[in-house]
Amino acid sequence: MKARVHVMLKNGVLDPQGEAVRHALGQLGFDGVEGVRQGKVIELDLTETDTAKAEAEVKKMCEKLLANTVIESYSVEMG
Amino acid sequence: MHAAVIVFPGSNCDRDMAVALERAGARVSMVWHKDTSLPDGIDLIGIPGGFSFGDYLRCGAIAANSPICRSVVSHAEKGGYVLGICNGFQVLTETGLLPGVLLRNAGLKYICKAIDLTVTTDQSAYTAGYDVGQNITIPIAHHDGNYHADGETIKALKAEDRIAFTYADNPNGSQDDIAGILSPNRRVMGMMPHPERMAEDAHGNTEGAALFDSLVKHVVHA
Repeated sequence: MKARVHVMLKNGVLDPQGEAVRHALGQLGFDGVEGVRQGKVIELDLTETDTAKAEAEVKKMCEKLLANTVIESYSVEMG
Repeated sequence: MHAAVIVFPGSNCDRDMAVALERAGARVSMVWHKDTSLPDGIDLIGIPGGFSFGDYLRCGAIAANSPICRSVVSHAEKGGYVLGICNGFQVLTETGLLPGVLLRNAGLKYICKAIDLTVTTDQSAYTAGYDVGQNITIPIAHHDGNYHADGETIKALKAEDRIAFTYADNPNGSQDDIAGILSPNRRVMGMMPHPERMAEDAHGNTEGAALFDSLVKHVVHA
């Protein structure tokens, strides 16, 4: 079973990389971009076949390692 | 004083830290990250600078979950001293021993230069060798040194006099110019600048040496 984890900086945490990307898009003539936030996507291949169990396990992984919940939020997509 | 310096794959200031501690009179054991226990009778653990595990995932995140870090956390929980410099500071925030995180520098660039720091408290074994308000010049060398914490945490750090050093001219966007902080019991300290790189005459100045001298003098067996 596959799981996909999205990790994003929480709202209110300054994202200098996103800001640099926004600036570069402006330079390229894309004027309509008001904000850019950059995050991470982590794909996991799991041996667990029960979706609910796998999802619970992935959430534990997020809390322990994949995200730093001081500044990041995460969401898990199964399947 | 017996100090352990932890070595991760990608650490590159481990020997500098050991030399600075030895110069101050400490006995130093190097400890590999895969070890699960520390040598007996360790008073201080040093977590050095570098790029542990290539800064993969987040700076310090993989190191903070390595086998030896369980012993580092239990040493700190028993009241032991832990000093994290640069990547070591990032590791300490990832273990939760120190609050907050180090984000990418506000200017997005890696910065390597000597900068002025202000000593903010003399109430710790690390900073007792300095005067409050004293300016010292020591180098920074980091890409992710932009200290960030929530408002409550910053308020607590100030109220409890736990900010150890601030930048005189903020190079990286750190909140409230914070360059180094202490744990509630004042025995765990993390700082981004490198005092071990200004610890002997050949370095240009020796303003970092007082930190190691003071540690060796004040650290009591935990």
